[in-house]
Formats: sequence, structure tokens, C-alpha cells
Amino acid sequence: MNVLRISLGEVRYRKLGFLLGLVAVVVAVGSVVASMLLLRLHDIETESILAGKEKETRRRLKALENEVRKATLKLSFNLVILPEGQDIREWYTRDYSSKYMPEEYVDMLADSGIVLVRHFLPSLQEKIKWPETKRTIILVGTRGEVPNLHKSPKKPLVQAVPKGTIVLGHELHRSMGLKDGQTTRLMEREFTVHKCHPKRGNKDDITAWIHLSDAQELLDKKGKINAILALECICAQVGSLAEVRKQITDILPGTQVIEKGSRVVARAEARLKLRADAKAILANARERRALLKGERERITAMLAALLVAACATWLAVLGYGNVWARRSEIGVMRAMGYRSRHIALLFLSRFLALGLMGAVLGLVGGIIAGDALGVMLDESGRGMIAAKAMLQVGHILGIVALSCILTLIAGWIPAMVAMQQDPATVLRGE
Amino acid sequence: MILKFNEVSRAFRGPDGVVDAVMDLSFGVAAGDMVAVQGPSGCGKTTLLLMAGALLRPTSGEVLVDGRDPYELPPDDRSGLRAEKIGFVFQQFYLIPYLSVLDNILAATVPRPDSKARKRAEELVDRFGLGDRRRHVPAQLSTGEQQRVALARAVVNGPRLVLADEPTGNLDAENVEIVLAHLKEFASSGGGVLLVTHDAAVADHADRTLQMKAGRIPV
Repeated sequence: MNVLRISLGEVRYRKLGFLLGLVAVVVAVGSVVASMLLLRLHDIETESILAGKEKETRRRLKALENEVRKATLKLSFNLVILPEGQDIREWYTRDYSSKYMPEEYVDMLADSGIVLVRHFLPSLQEKIKWPETKRTIILVGTRGEVPNLHKSPKKPLVQAVPKGTIVLGHELHRSMGLKDGQTTRLMEREFTVHKCHPKRGNKDDITAWIHLSDAQELLDKKGKINAILALECICAQVGSLAEVRKQITDILPGTQVIEKGSRVVARAEARLKLRADAKAILANARERRALLKGERERITAMLAALLVAACATWLAVLGYGNVWARRSEIGVMRAMGYRSRHIALLFLSRFLALGLMGAVLGLVGGIIAGDALGVMLDESGRGMIAAKAMLQVGHILGIVALSCILTLIAGWIPAMVAMQQDPATVLRGE
Repeated sequence: MILKFNEVSRAFRGPDGVVDAVMDLSFGVAAGDMVAVQGPSGCGKTTLLLMAGALLRPTSGEVLVDGRDPYELPPDDRSGLRAEKIGFVFQQFYLIPYLSVLDNILAATVPRPDSKARKRAEELVDRFGLGDRRRHVPAQLSTGEQQRVALARAVVNGPRLVLADEPTGNLDAENVEIVLAHLKEFASSGGGVLLVTHDAAVADHADRTLQMKAGRIPV
């Protein structure tokens, strides 16, 4: 015979009181377990949602990048190389440079091995007064494209103007009544009209193109040019612009490189922005889910704490009722020589049994309740299966241990009351 | 002397002031003695018994159980002394309602675990005529049987002293005789019995009767 056997007998005798206590523990443990499962389900859902968003974003980005890659095969961007010391504001205003550089710069670029540019177009451009016709025109001297010797040859974008000939913009040939093959005089030199351009609706209509050497002679700028157009710069990504700039300025120090504006750069920038936006959307979604989870955790923790406190109070009340009902038992046990530890063990073992049984039943009940709620939230039920699988042995043991500790704490006061009871008072009173 | 009272008094604080339940009691119970304390209800008999059983500290005076003052011991040692040397029998029996006859008797051995306790308990069950009731719970026993269980519980540890508070108060005549016979048998085997009762007929069974009135035992 020992205290635990007496305790077991008492539990069987006062079943209702024990069951009421058990219900309290089951409810407390069950609610904690169900909350844990629902929070885990939330995590699983979050990962699933974010994974879906990431997948969709990657798919769309890939599709867009493919589009851009296809487009950029046909598109390129152009650069203007200006002489050292040229005021960029002045260049934007006049649209031609007032500073000059040696014509041989073009050959230096063509021979340099620069890989991102296909063609180089040297030019000498100025706004002049055509003395014979009293018109202000833009005179452009060009010798045609200089191909990049280190790239495979491509059809030139700009055709050369033969020496001694002139190409006229629409307004010029129209107002002068000139046609292909006719001659005209420019600055006391005779030129044959090589080509008359159709109306373009821009300054090309008042532009006259001649061979570069002819322009250099007429403008007294022998061996000089004031711009190099770098054509079809291959654009794999926006960073290529900086790379080309660096390559050119490494070969021609002091020169200035200006990008002539292209849709490719805008598209690349848009692509980057899309990528950044996608990242921001994902980060935002993650943050919102984290905030939601944080809120849910706070509410769950608060509710669970309140529930556990209420259950512990109920247990303590039941425990005190049990002590009161057994006061004559305690009295006669004291008379028989039971020590305080025997009395304490008699009551605490009861609470320990409540904690153990309540934990096991609460775990089962919590899983069932969590399951039912989880299926309502996640109709496939797969998330709840995964959530249950995440309940590890450590968690289960932790829940059982916590349940036992809490019931013992709840039972401590009733046990203390039982230990402090004066047997003489009970036995004399009875 | 198994039990000795030396000018023992006990007072209680009540709503109307201090109440002297027991005043200046001096007597003894020797081995082999069955002493009855007879008096009307409220004269202090139960208070006397509880002090003798190391359950109620006297306000003054000295109580000696087998030569030792239990009130000089720490509470756990005092409990140990009770478990070893004193057995109690009460008018209300105070059996544990959810334990069987055998387990009720064995409950007294919890403070003093002993491998032979079960054997002693079984012998007592047979000796007290409870053989066919050993697995019954108190609710299934008659009052006489319940008191016999209480008596067996009181002697299972082989105490030196049995304190009986109105042990026959709820029994019929036949069972009164049975219980008193068992108490006398205990005293004859070398133990001491202190029995408190209001019934003169019960007191007559004792070797010595002390009359108690208003907390005193006149000399």
C-alpha cells in the first residue's frame, strides 16, 4: 500500500470531480495545440502563396526578357563622340560641335578591337551661308562609314557621298529646282547633285552632304572632324553603355561620348524596374503575411494565456473543493502518522494525473479541432496534413511537460491547504 | 507508564473569551491497563484524547507517551511517533470510503512501510471476523464491521497505546461487546488503552474509570 494507490482509488471514487478537472486541462491543451497547428498552416499557406507569386513573376520576367532579347537583336543604340573641350550645352543648342579632332581618330577606333560598336561615321558639320544662293544651310562632310575591322562586315547604314558630288535635302533641291545629275556651285566649287532626298520634316531638309575632304577644303579644316557617330552599339544590357563609353574614352582620352537616345535603353531600364517592382511586390507580400502572422500570434498567445489561466483557476477551485471534501480523511491520516509530504503527494499526484491525461487527450482533441478549422480555411486539406506532420516529438513532449507543470502549479495551493489542516480541529469538530 | 499526564491544561479562545476545556489533569495509563474516562458531553474528553494522541498541544503541563514528550519533537517526528506507538479508534470510524477493508487496514502502514504489513493485516481481517468482507468498501459494511475495521487499523502497526473516542457510540449491544472485548484483549497483551465515553456501562469494562467533569478529573 502506498500514497499513489490511495490516490488512484480516490480518483475512481470521485470520478466527476476528476473529469471536470480533466475537461479543463483538455480544453487548455487542445486550444494551444489547435492554435499551433493553425499558425503552422498559416506559414505553409504563406510559403505556398509566395512561391506561387515568385514562380509567376519569374515566368513573366523571363517572357519579357525574351521579348527584349529578340528586340535588341535588331535594335542598337548610337553614340556621338565629341572632341575634347566641347561644351555639351552648346552642342545641344547648335547640334554640331565648335571644337575639332583629328580625322585619324576614326581609324584608331576601327583598329582598336573595340567589340561593342559595328560602324564609325566621321563627320565635319557646320551651319553656313551658301553664298551663291544666299541660304543658311547645314553643311555635312562625310566619307561614309568606317567599319569596325574586328567585327564581321555588315551592310553600311549610311552610304558615302562621292567626291565632287552633293546630296541635297528636300527644301534645298526643291527651292533651287535641282535634280539628280545637275550641277550647282557651292563656295565657288562646282558639285554634281548625287541625290535629292524626299521630305523628312526635320533639319535634313536644309542639309547638304558632300565628301569629307571637300568639306575640309571648303571650311579650311584639313584633316579635322568635329564628330564621330558610333553606330549599332550592341546592347545586351544597360550596363553596356557605360562599358562602351569607357572603351572609347580609353582609346580617345579627353573625348566625350553621348548616347543618342534609344528605345533599347528605355526597355532595359523598364525591365530592371519591373524586376525591382516584382521584388518589391514579393517583399511587400512577405511583409504583409508576416504582419498578419504576428497579429495572429499575438491574439492566439493572448487567448491561449487567458484560457490556460482560466483553466488553472478552475483546477485550483476544484482542488480546493476536493481538499474540503476530504478533510476528515486528512485528519484521520494525520492521526495515523501521515507526514506533510504524504498529504502533499496525495493531492499533487491527482493533479499530475490530470496533467498527463489532459495533455494526451488535449493533443488528440487539439489536432482534431485544428484539422476541422484548418480544412475550413484550406479546403484541400493538404496544408493541415503538412502542419500536423510538423508536430515533432519534441513539441509533443514539451506540451505534456508544460501541461504537468501547469496542473501542479494549479494544485499547489490546494495541496498546501491540505498540508496545513489541523487534524485536531477536524476530528474534534466531527 | 505508556501514557502520563502531568498537570495538563488546554484552553481555547472562543467568541466569548477563553474557554478552559481541560484543567490540571494528572493521570497515567500503564502497560496492560484499560483506563476509561467517563463524563458528559462537552466535558473535555475528546480534547484530552487528542492531547494524548499528540494531535493537540497542551496550553500547559506535560504529556509523555512511552516516556517521551511528543510536543518537543518536530512535526514530522511527532507524526512518526504516532505511526509507531499510537492507534486511534473514533466514534465515526473515519474509514476511507474508497478503500476496501484490507486496504483501509493497510492504509495505516503507509507511514511505516513494512514487508510483513500485508500478512499482519490479513491476520487481523481473519481475527476480527472480516474474512468474507476483505474486498468490501465501508459503504457495504455494517456499523459493527466498520468499527472492527477501524480497530484492526489502529493495531496493525503494533502500537503501545490505543486511544478510543466513544468507540461504541454508534454500535448495537452485540457489537459493543465485541469491540470492548478486542480492546481488553489488546490491553491484556501488554498495550495500554485509554477509552473516553459518556456511557457508564462501557466504562465498567475498563480496569479503571476516571470521572471527568468540566475539564477536570477530581482526585
